[in-house]
Amino acid sequence: MGLEAYVVVATVLFGLGVACLITRRNVIYVLMGIEMILNSANINFVAFNRFNGDGMDGRMFAIFVIILAAAEAAVALGIVLNVFQLFGTVKPSDVDLLRE
Amino acid sequence: MDVRKQQLTFYTLLLVATLAALAWGTRTAGTQGAAFALFASFTLGGGLMCIWERSVVRSAFSLMATFCGVAGLFVLLGHDYLAMAQILIYVGGILVLILFGVMLTPPDLKERQLPRVGLGVVLVLGTLLAVGAKVAATVEWARADTLPQIESRADYIGAAFLRAEDGYLVPFELAAVLLTVALVAAVYIARRKPSDLVDPAEEGGY
Amino acid sequence: MDLTFDPATDFKWLLAVPLIPLCGYVVQIFFGRFLPRKGDWLLTSGMFVTMLITVWMAFKAIAATQGGETFFHDSWADEGFGFRWLYDTQKGATDPLNVTAGILYDGLGAAMLAVVGIVSFFVHLFSTGYMKGDRRYHIFFANISLFTVAMLGLVLSDNILFLFVFWEIMGLMSYLLIGHFSHDPTSHRIKQAAAACKKAFLTTRVGDTCLFVGIMIFYYHFQTFRFTELWQAAQETVAANGGDYPAWMTAAGLLVFGGTVGKSAQFPLHIWLPDAMEGPTPVSAMIHAATMVAAGVFLLGRCYPLMSPEVLTVVTCFGAVTALFAATIGMTVFDIKGVLAYSTISQLGFMVAGIGTGGLGLVAGLFHMVTHAFFKSCLFLSAGSVIHGCHHEQDMRKMGGLRKKMPLTFLAMLICTLAIAGVPLFAGFYSKDKIIQSAHMKMMTGGLDGAGLFAFVGLLLAAAMTAFYMFRLIFMTFFGEPRDKHVYDHAHESPKPMVISLLVLAFLGMFGGKMWLRDFDLLGGHGTWFEDLTSEISHEHAGHASDAAGSVAEVFSVDRMFPGIALTEMNTYVGDSANQYLASQHTGHTWAMTGSLLVAIGGILLAWFLYVRRKDLPARIAAGFGEVYTTVANKYYVDEVVNATVIKGTMVLALTFKWIDETIVDGVVVGAGKVNRAFGFFWAWFDKTIVDGLVNGVAAVTSTTGSLVRLFQTGRIQQYASLAFGGLLLLFAWIFLA
Repeated sequence: MGLEAYVVVATVLFGLGVACLITRRNVIYVLMGIEMILNSANINFVAFNRFNGDGMDGRMFAIFVIILAAAEAAVALGIVLNVFQLFGTVKPSDVDLLRE
Repeated sequence: MDVRKQQLTFYTLLLVATLAALAWGTRTAGTQGAAFALFASFTLGGGLMCIWERSVVRSAFSLMATFCGVAGLFVLLGHDYLAMAQILIYVGGILVLILFGVMLTPPDLKERQLPRVGLGVVLVLGTLLAVGAKVAATVEWARADTLPQIESRADYIGAAFLRAEDGYLVPFELAAVLLTVALVAAVYIARRKPSDLVDPAEEGGY
Repeated sequence: MDLTFDPATDFKWLLAVPLIPLCGYVVQIFFGRFLPRKGDWLLTSGMFVTMLITVWMAFKAIAATQGGETFFHDSWADEGFGFRWLYDTQKGATDPLNVTAGILYDGLGAAMLAVVGIVSFFVHLFSTGYMKGDRRYHIFFANISLFTVAMLGLVLSDNILFLFVFWEIMGLMSYLLIGHFSHDPTSHRIKQAAAACKKAFLTTRVGDTCLFVGIMIFYYHFQTFRFTELWQAAQETVAANGGDYPAWMTAAGLLVFGGTVGKSAQFPLHIWLPDAMEGPTPVSAMIHAATMVAAGVFLLGRCYPLMSPEVLTVVTCFGAVTALFAATIGMTVFDIKGVLAYSTISQLGFMVAGIGTGGLGLVAGLFHMVTHAFFKSCLFLSAGSVIHGCHHEQDMRKMGGLRKKMPLTFLAMLICTLAIAGVPLFAGFYSKDKIIQSAHMKMMTGGLDGAGLFAFVGLLLAAAMTAFYMFRLIFMTFFGEPRDKHVYDHAHESPKPMVISLLVLAFLGMFGGKMWLRDFDLLGGHGTWFEDLTSEISHEHAGHASDAAGSVAEVFSVDRMFPGIALTEMNTYVGDSANQYLASQHTGHTWAMTGSLLVAIGGILLAWFLYVRRKDLPARIAAGFGEVYTTVANKYYVDEVVNATVIKGTMVLALTFKWIDETIVDGVVVGAGKVNRAFGFFWAWFDKTIVDGLVNGVAAVTSTTGSLVRLFQTGRIQQYASLAFGGLLLLFAWIFLA
């Protein structure tokens, strides 16, 4: 399989992630969309590292992305719980205090 | 169209697409192509299901397919260690966190509306692929039919992290610190009661 | 004891200087509350070791420079000692993106480091008494320790990027420390503290942003962050440009000076400093003496070779304006800490104006920073002791006659007041006198486009006012009859650690200027220890052909601060005809000294007359000045102006956007809806499926409007996400397809 096959998969996954992020009305889906986007980035990092590079930057970045995703998921979950306690809803569109 | 019919149509289409992809993969690159098609179908099918499903729990579980599919792609690319880390962290960690989030928040089964979701997917994917195709046409893709073997054992990567000359040491340490801070912060944020939050209007304004 | 600087070992000692309190901080923040005495002994003893190291190292520097050597050590260039930050080995040390961090230890750094060490230790010691019983005692100690670490690191940095990093840490710690009481529900000034720390943070942020942009402009052109390389590059650029500074250097220099304006509380960003009094008194002592405000002046000293003459003119003017302006306010304030706050702003004006006048003034301005640190920290701690003794009464009108109750505090405060007033033989005299002298020389030689005259007159006036308002403080607090019987009866001398800190700092305020005075030239002239550290006077045969053969000239240069960097004529007196320099120096010295002596004594006598002999006069004078007095007493309404312009302006802008959003955008949407009424049925269906209950009220009005628009205006986060996605696509299209 050539590089472009992986890139296509990553692109479509990215698109699905964005779609999930912007169309669903639940903060959990926003989280899941972000995870998909990060995964698609990871596919790209690893694939380009394999096909184009001789260094290790690609996979190192992938590892850092995984680390960041873990940190992000933990903090995001905390925020979701807090938002739910504070606003009584998990609809991102209802959480708009900042607009005032 | 009632819900059962919708579900049936969706999963039938998904299955057909998967089979088609498998057939295409086998025809173009034999076993490896079939494996690629399988993992790619896992990845994208899981993503699609995640968007499609009404129930957050189902979506979260379908995300497992995506994560495993991505891990499979990593294996195909020769990065075994990453694949393992992917499964351990994403499936074992992040997915569990998301499920906790699902459990601690109320479900809302009426939240997904098909026109909105469908239009969103079509619009996003359409524009993305249109621009992507144009961009791809301007780029010369590297072709490596016989890729060299690469070192992907964990000890090799670990040594690379800890060798100062490679320059990954400081980012690695930073990532460790960041992870610690984020986890402590997550616990702190999650434990906080709404009453702890100071009303901005009560603070002395500047 | 061997007092030669050995780079192999001594850099390690210097590295320990910030690390010891840093380790103390980490232990304290996590375990402080479990330790006996809440851990204050840990940090105080750690600071004691730090102080010993800094003083020991400073002795080495002084010993070297008294022996006639230049003391300048760059750990990275000399020893390869330092660490690589974001470093790519394949590119090597010459690559501009490879940032390295080492230690720069020169005369200025040595003096500043010792000052920070000494003042910090005594502030720690003082706090063990002053903060006793505070609810967040351990947090306070942890924060003040990290505050010190930031300043120590800033002084030791050999590159401007790390200086900026420590600069920002310091900003954060100042925020936390000024707002210390805002976390204490029992404090009656909780709201003021919260507002004050926010104000300090936001105001200095304005300067920080300028500084960062300035740093980046210099980096863009010079491709380095290291001070020594920046100086070199500046010198070469100016030489290549025919001796003139290019315009961008002026712009960048002004931006860097903007950082000083914010941090060192120069007009018009000084407004945070008086409010910072809401913090505990030891914090005020730190901020006003050793850390925060000194950082801005220190930055100016470090970046001096990057400053074009135009920038220096601006610097001088800002400094003189600040000195004069704050001194006038200082005469009208009744809060004992408030007087000291405005005196700090005024003294900072002196320092900045001194640096702006260049050459001798540069050395004198930095020296003033050092001596000021001694006597101002002592003054603040004394004020703290008075406040502590009077059970947190800060209004001077309620004090009086305290010298009998608190004799040691009185002694310390009197010494330091004499020092700040510039009375000969006290530390402040040696630095302030030189600043005025430098301004006078600039006036005589016509440098700085006439700013010299302004600076000389302004600073002389400000010096007179300084003497006046400081003695006003002394007379109102310690002399006369007790004004408030209750406060007086309960006043008491402070506990031992506080008094010891006071007396040691007062000792330094008295002798800090003339220790190691060469030639025992007690009334000035050259040869204070700080001048030896930073500058040298060489007696050499004048090289100019026009001079009489064999005439010996005295050449003053700041070569010890910037070795190997030949500053342009505007920046030093090296290029001046040496004899002219000599002549102007001597007349300048006589003039300045006579002037500053006269104004100091005049100010003191006036204060004595008004506040001891004729106590009825001040109120009548104030009444006589009427509007003028009200304006000054209200701090020239700067706060109000800022409030009315910047803050209100931002609010108005925000409201305008809100109005645009509500009227125009919504109007367009509504209008579109009216046009689309024809398609009502179709849209109604679309709406039912797509719009959720977010804007039910609005939806009723605009139910027939463009739902397509709203598809991307759903929730806030998601709206932003989709906009970001669209932007990404556009970017791709633009980059790859254009």
